[in-house]
Amino acid sequence: MSGHRDKALIFEMSKPGRVAYSLPACDVPEVEASSVVPARLLRTEPAALPEVYEVDVIRHYTELSRRNFGVDNGFYPLGSCTMKYNPKLNEDAARLPGFAKIHPYQPEESLQGAMELLYTLQRDLAALTGMDEVTLQPAAGAHGEWTGLMLIRAYHESRGETRTKVIVPDSSHGTNPSSATAAGFETITIPSDASGLVDLDALRAAAGADTAALMLTNPNTLGRFESQIAEIARIVHEAGGLLYYDGANSNAIMGIARPGDMGFDVVHLNLHKTMSTPHGGGGPGAGPVGVKARLAPFLPKPVVGRRGDGTYYWDEDRPRSIGRVKPYYGNFGILVRAYAYIRSYGPAGLRRVSECAVLNANYMMHRLAPYYEVAYPGVCKHEFVLSGKRLRAFGVRTLDVAKRLLDFGYHPPTVYFPLNVEECIMIEPTETESKETLDGFIDVMIRIAREAEEEPDLLLQAPHTTIVKRLDEATAARRPVLNCHCE
Amino acid sequence: MSEIREGLRYSEEHEWALAEAGGGIVRIGITDHAQSQLGDIVFVELPEVGAAVEAGASVGAIESVKTVSELYSPVAGKVVRVNEALIEHPERVNESPYDEGWIAELEVEVETEEALGRLLTAEQYRAHTA
Repeated sequence: MSGHRDKALIFEMSKPGRVAYSLPACDVPEVEASSVVPARLLRTEPAALPEVYEVDVIRHYTELSRRNFGVDNGFYPLGSCTMKYNPKLNEDAARLPGFAKIHPYQPEESLQGAMELLYTLQRDLAALTGMDEVTLQPAAGAHGEWTGLMLIRAYHESRGETRTKVIVPDSSHGTNPSSATAAGFETITIPSDASGLVDLDALRAAAGADTAALMLTNPNTLGRFESQIAEIARIVHEAGGLLYYDGANSNAIMGIARPGDMGFDVVHLNLHKTMSTPHGGGGPGAGPVGVKARLAPFLPKPVVGRRGDGTYYWDEDRPRSIGRVKPYYGNFGILVRAYAYIRSYGPAGLRRVSECAVLNANYMMHRLAPYYEVAYPGVCKHEFVLSGKRLRAFGVRTLDVAKRLLDFGYHPPTVYFPLNVEECIMIEPTETESKETLDGFIDVMIRIAREAEEEPDLLLQAPHTTIVKRLDEATAARRPVLNCHCE
Repeated sequence: MSEIREGLRYSEEHEWALAEAGGGIVRIGITDHAQSQLGDIVFVELPEVGAAVEAGASVGAIESVKTVSELYSPVAGKVVRVNEALIEHPERVNESPYDEGWIAELEVEVETEEALGRLLTAEQYRAHTA
């Protein structure tokens, strides 16, 4: 890792006695901790905390934060993740004291504004997806998937049916089989057909009396619209199963097509993708779930209800509910941001968002097609999948292209996913980028394709300009050092 | 190009099988093509000794920096030995997929020729990966 500028840990900067605070003299009687706390709970040695000045803390973490990369730093075309710009207006809304300074245990009547926001968001998301009712509780996409599958389980059980299998296409998000397994189902993977869509014959063969659900994204992970969705829905429904819509790719269809109209019964949305709430760095996220009326009795409780007099209440009277899936009412601050986004665009604006996301993706795909093979040619939706396998002739792999992009200040696209495309590169530009930004990235991708032929070492040794150079991922995974000594 | 060794038999899922001298025992592993597609292998989940497996059934998993793949047994039988060296040195599957990187040995109930007969020859496997 040559060129690595060593950064001391904050613990290594510690000097005994240094503090970053100054407290006034105590003006109440002092109480010995040992007189009120049981001895077994008391420390015998001081906690190993770093002893540093305030300015050192600020400089240390500010410097580390400047090494980070996010959508506010640069282009981040991470396929399937919808890394769009997060409008700062959303942040203003979330910081309004009436939203930021409330507590979930306050009485209902003092929370009416916040509850109206939640209620309206439930209705807006239902309208966008073509569903009847929505829960805002799930805190992430996979949490939404799991919640949706538990609803599907409760629905089948309420009808006295035992259905144990969930069908997923081989291009599905890895979270789909994981969520199905976590919800107690067995996963059946079916292959895609030659055009990257669900293979109807394979679906017919897999669907049966034990089918609980089919999990699908549309457009799918390859960026292709499942044009046979009506037939897919018919096959699954005739077998007695339900259709689950993974909302990861909703940025392609807002105001244009609705999962509910395609035949889906359960939908989750990733507000941190489609609705521009902050993303990455561990969240918090939000994965609301919408359902058709026949599944609504099982939704997590409470949901926000509206009385005839226009007041709002926590609807806890839902005896068939699967129960809470998160304390309180979801990640409220994130829900405020999503509400601000939806309301500032309005229906026509959201449709325009999706149209521009699809346009940007097609523009990039067409410009890159002469240099990287398009996995499934044709019109794409909001994202597209390339294969870097042509470069293997020069000893270069997709991973090397991704590492080289770091030298030009770009976050690389998703690579090696979906699994059914060799040397996969999955690009999702989103609607928030200018043509100049798209062209800048495309030009660099074309330059890298030339470098692969003429100077492959440039790629094999990349990145050259970052603080840490090529990481040895294999050794890190084979022989991880997991213990920490903070002495 | 990836090596495809003469004398071994192959599955469409990129495993190889070889009848051990003495009869009744088949050694299995993954092909050079498979290890090259997977990239740096970081963990091999070995089958359990004593486990009875069906041909084509999952007997373990191979984790690389890119992905986790199921390991399918190309033959039916009982697992009698596994390559425990792979626990400490999974990279041997990359370095030597047909020799030091072997994965398990199975005792087959039928004649080894019969157990291997349903699998691809080197020539057929070459056509399959082309």
